[in-house]
Formats: sequence, structure tokens, C-alpha cells
Amino acid sequence: MSSLLKNIVRFILFILFQVYILNQVPPLHRFIIPYIYFLYILWLPFQINRFLLLAISFVFGLSLDYFTGTPGLHAAPCVLIAYIRPFILSLLIPQETTEQSYIEPGRNSMGWAPYALYVSVLTFVHHFYLVLIEWLQFGNFVYFLGKVAGTTTISLLMIFLAELLFNRKGRHRANVA
Amino acid sequence: MKNIFLFIRRYFTFLSFLLFQVIAIVLLSSASKTHQSFFASAANEVTGRINTQYSGLREYFTLKETNRSLAEENARLRNLLPANFLPATDEKKLMVDTLFRDSLGHYRKFTYLPARVVGNTYTLQANFITIERGSSQGVKKGMAVVGPDGITGVVVETSANFSKVMSLLHRNSKVSAMLKKDNSAGTIEWDGVDPGYLILKNVTKGAKVHKGDTVLTSTYSANFPARLMIGTVAEIASESASNFYTLKIKTATNFFSIQYVYLIGNVRYTEQEQLENNTQKNP
Repeated sequence: MSSLLKNIVRFILFILFQVYILNQVPPLHRFIIPYIYFLYILWLPFQINRFLLLAISFVFGLSLDYFTGTPGLHAAPCVLIAYIRPFILSLLIPQETTEQSYIEPGRNSMGWAPYALYVSVLTFVHHFYLVLIEWLQFGNFVYFLGKVAGTTTISLLMIFLAELLFNRKGRHRANVA
Repeated sequence: MKNIFLFIRRYFTFLSFLLFQVIAIVLLSSASKTHQSFFASAANEVTGRINTQYSGLREYFTLKETNRSLAEENARLRNLLPANFLPATDEKKLMVDTLFRDSLGHYRKFTYLPARVVGNTYTLQANFITIERGSSQGVKKGMAVVGPDGITGVVVETSANFSKVMSLLHRNSKVSAMLKKDNSAGTIEWDGVDPGYLILKNVTKGAKVHKGDTVLTSTYSANFPARLMIGTVAEIASESASNFYTLKIKTATNFFSIQYVYLIGNVRYTEQEQLENNTQKNP
């Protein structure tokens, strides 16, 4: 499957999974809301154009927003992590080798430790910003802190499970020469 | 001039990042002020259609619960049928006609319209319900939405075949309510904590509240008919600094499994709303 087609399918699946499965789970606790949809942005290819990355993330966040009826609420954090992503990637991966031989970030292409760090930082940033916007609208500081901690933990747990379940093969890029 | 272009080229990514952020925040703030978003009706149609597909599947799993609550409601309504009550004498019988206007001077104030719920959230701070009825079926903004067990929300946005309902579980939702026992009025809000509980504010301390008391919609509300079920008192918190109770209300409606609702339109909604808004502006 080509990278474009694969990412289009992922786009749809992530949105549907978030809207129809995770958003339908009755809340265990007010701080714990399962979010995994933004993993789509973390899995986009290394070599993607930075403007395109921002645009895709915006559209991705906005399409989730239209399902939940809050336009902009998820789009803003998505754009933020899309903007930060290249900086963190360039810090974490050995420049010459990985970026050229693998298509997208993953535990195979980056190794467990750097990949875990990459995912945790962006997950935290995403939730921090998302809950911050929500908090600015409705206000309650304990709620803010608790929810950032709670949602980040549950998201990381789910991403870990997703990584174990779906063994994405760290495919090498086709040798175009 | 050349420098400006150089600047833009150099910081193109950052500038586009800022642009997207600004668009998102503007969308969000305008939506939370007016509950109307750009492309809302087009997007509503699309998400509504996908939601319908999904809820068609999901409905099968809650058929039992839906049947039970509808049967209970039918029983409640049948108990109110005039045929159940014998008149004092058999000679004359007073009938109330449901025409828009009858010769006795009765007006029809509320109209009912059944609708199917196709989308529902309860995990966010601003929760909405999507229903499969729209402006072509006569849905208007401000219509009250009531489930079989109790009230559910208010219509805030309509497209041709779908409408978006601000659920009671929305931080901006406000519904006028009263205690069934002594009619002391208050306001129902949601504090964003637990989807099973609402907050009833501004009930005077003169009211004798006990746990388990019933809370109904008040007679002051423009969109809700009076005396519809909202919930029961679960917890009484009295702040010594104020003259009002803040009560925690267990919702009668189970927001996790709403399938069918009624849209209630007040024929005189616009009139009442206009009058109330005008008087506020010029005291």
C-alpha cells in the first residue's frame, strides 16, 4: 500500500475510532478521558513537508471537532504538536541514518526509548493545550491539573497497547535512485 | 519590500502555524458565543449522516432499555387519559379540543415532534446531541428537547435534516427549574464534573429541601412547558455565606443511552423571548 493511501485510511479510522468508540465510553472519572486520535499525527512520515504537516493536522483536528460540535477545540492542539514534531524528531534521532532509511516514526525506526520519549512529550503537550483551552472557557484549576495528568496517563497507556497490538513494520524506503 | 518577502519565506512554517492557531481559536470562541460555526450546516449534514449509519447499528444493543422507558411513559400518559376519570354526573362531559383555537378560547401553546437521536457526547465540557430532524421538518432554534424520562436540552443549531441540541451537560446550559414540593424556583446548570448529576442553584433557604425531592421545570421557562421531570435531589450543600442552597441533582434522563426524544415548540416562544430581552436592555 502506498504511503498516501495508508495515511488516508488511517485518517478515517482514527476519527471513527475516537468518535464512535472512545467518546462513547462512559467516563470512569471526570479526569480520565481516553484520547488516541492524535497518534495519527505522530505516525505521519518523516519526510513530509512542514506546511503540509500543519495543514493536515488542522483538517484532522477540525474533522473531529465537527463530530463533537466544538469547532477549533481539537484543531488547535493538533496544529501545535504538528509544529513541534520536527524539532523533537531532529533532537531524538541520529540524523544521517534513520531519517533516510525509514518512512515514519515508530519503535522499529527510532528504538523504544527515543520513541517513548517522543510520544510522551507530544501527548503531554497535546493534552496540556487541549485542557488549557477548555479551562480558559470554563475555569477550575484543580480540574485543569487533574485532567492533564489523568488524560495523559490513559492516552500513553493506550498508545503503548496500540504499539503492541499493531506491529507496524519499520519499512525501509524504497531505494529510489 | 524584498526584506519582507525574505522574512515571510524564512519564517513561513512559523507564520502558517500562527495562522492555523488563530483560525482555530477564532472558530472556537465564535462557536462558544453564538453556538454557530462556519460551514456548520454543511458539516452538520455530513456528520449527521454518518452518525445515522452508526446509530442504526448501535440501537439494537439498547432496544430493551428503550422499550422499557417508552412503555413506562405510555403507562404514565394512559393514566392521564380523560377516559380514566368519570365525570361527577353522567349527563354532561367537558372535552378539551386540541385544535389551535377553539370556541372556549383555549389556545394550543406547545407542539410535540418525535425525533431519533443519532449522535451524543457526554465526555467533554461542552456536550451536544445530534437528532434526525431539521428545519425542513419544522425544527427551530430554542425548541425544548425532552426524553421519555426527563428533559434533555435545547436546540441550538439546525440544518435541513439534522439539528444540534445543547445537552443539559453543557457548561453554558441554563434551565429554569423548581422544587415540586413548594414551587421554589432555581436554575439548573452543570459543573462539568459528573454526567449523572446537575447543579440546582439559587433555591432560597426558606424552602424545606430533603434528599430525594423531585425537581421539575418551572413555570417561568420560555421553551420548556412547566412541570416536566428533571431529576431528584441527591445532595444538599448549604453555604453559610449566601441565602441560597446549591443542590446536587441526580438526572432523570440517562444521558448515556438516549435513543428517542420529543421536540417541544412553544408557539409563543418568540413573543416571550422578545419581551424579556427588551425589558432587560432598558430598565
